[in-house]
Amino acid sequence: MAGGGTPHSQDAQLHMAIDFRQESNPSFQVTLREFEGPLDVLLHLIREQELDIYDIPIARITAQYLEYLRMMEAVDLGVAGEFVLMAATLMEIKSKFLLPRPPAAEPDEGPDPRDELVRRLLEYEKYREVADLLGDHEDANRLLYARTVEVDVSDLPPVPSGTVSSVDLLTALKRVLEEVGEGRAPITAIPRQKVTLRMKMSEMFRRVREFGGRMPFSAMFAQERTRTHIVMAFLALLELIRLGKLAAEQDARCGEIYLSACPEPEQEQEQAQ
Amino acid sequence: MTREELRRGIECLLFVSDGPLGAREMSLALDTPEELVAEAAADLVARDPSVSGIVVQAVAGGWQMVTSPEFAVAVARFVGKRAQRLSKAALETLAIVAYNQPCTQAEVEFVRGVDSTGVLKGLIDRGLVQEAGRKEGPGRPILYQTTQEFLVYFGLNSLADLPDQAELEARLADAPERMEAAAAGGPQEGAQLPLIHVEPAAPDA
Repeated sequence: MAGGGTPHSQDAQLHMAIDFRQESNPSFQVTLREFEGPLDVLLHLIREQELDIYDIPIARITAQYLEYLRMMEAVDLGVAGEFVLMAATLMEIKSKFLLPRPPAAEPDEGPDPRDELVRRLLEYEKYREVADLLGDHEDANRLLYARTVEVDVSDLPPVPSGTVSSVDLLTALKRVLEEVGEGRAPITAIPRQKVTLRMKMSEMFRRVREFGGRMPFSAMFAQERTRTHIVMAFLALLELIRLGKLAAEQDARCGEIYLSACPEPEQEQEQAQ
Repeated sequence: MTREELRRGIECLLFVSDGPLGAREMSLALDTPEELVAEAAADLVARDPSVSGIVVQAVAGGWQMVTSPEFAVAVARFVGKRAQRLSKAALETLAIVAYNQPCTQAEVEFVRGVDSTGVLKGLIDRGLVQEAGRKEGPGRPILYQTTQEFLVYFGLNSLADLPDQAELEARLADAPERMEAAAAGGPQEGAQLPLIHVEPAAPDA
């Protein structure tokens, strides 16, 4: 962001941009403070010049703001759309002040066109203050090192059920596919097997129920030997979870996923038979 | 168990744990009422930091053992590089989420006045912010909230450790004095720098 070796034409532009605050100097470096957005710039202009935020001199601030945008362009920062939008907002407010008022209008009649902007600035300033505070906390806390050793998953309190995402399930499926490998069973003949989702669903559901309690995801695929079967089993599993027949739980991030049958009236009847 | 024994028992649990432990978890292990555990743990926090290289910190509603800040440089040298400091944009976004959670990306962007897609994604990747369902209404936008890791990262015991509305306004009222103090101490990171800082260039520049 320093304009040390800028081409001559750009240099001239920089001189112009800076002239309004600083006497020109044959050669100098320009450092622009990094701002987080248009609100950040405006707040800085207001606070630095100790202006009354409830009575912003809109013409002056608009001019300074546009000057800043020109500076950004001059040092090739590129001006994001948000900055341009704010420039338009400022000019709109300014234009409202320039319009002649109807003679009947009282000086304090109607909302001040600056109100909305002031409200946003004050709101933003509060969060900026919290951000500074968090930064202080971060600095202090970076000096403290906690243990980073991993402990056994079973020691951790379980993640509440329903927090297993489809991504977690896919990761687990990938692990199973890698573990099983295709065609581990010797293939002597290739019987054409018809696998339907419905078949797999009842098979998978039965398998979980017979297992009793929480069945590890990896164990679900122990009997599947081909990619087709694994994929069908996985689809069946997704469908069973979607229908609320099975519940998936995970004790830790990237840990084993456990499946258990959800209690439902139908199931109890079946068990009674 | 005497209070002294309890303190030592808590130390054992904190030693083997890799994250903050709550009073409830420790009370189960130590077979002692939660209130007594909490009192004894508070003793450990208040302990003279000069007696040990390990200090007990109250964080995220529990306690954890951390290294003494006195040896931060040595530990850093041994452990190696830590994750980068959060950017100002990230801190701002966290502040907004922390006070308005659960809230949407649009709400964050309205306050900041800038697009916050990348910042939010970065915070999610670092585990400081997580999704918290969807907001009812047009488009059902995703809601975000801060995580337990957020509290741990900043060494906060709970969200209540953050200043409330009145405290914030008081802090802002004091701001000019703090700016002057910062200016007196020379330029430093995070201090208010002039909008445009012009200085003579090196002769060969």
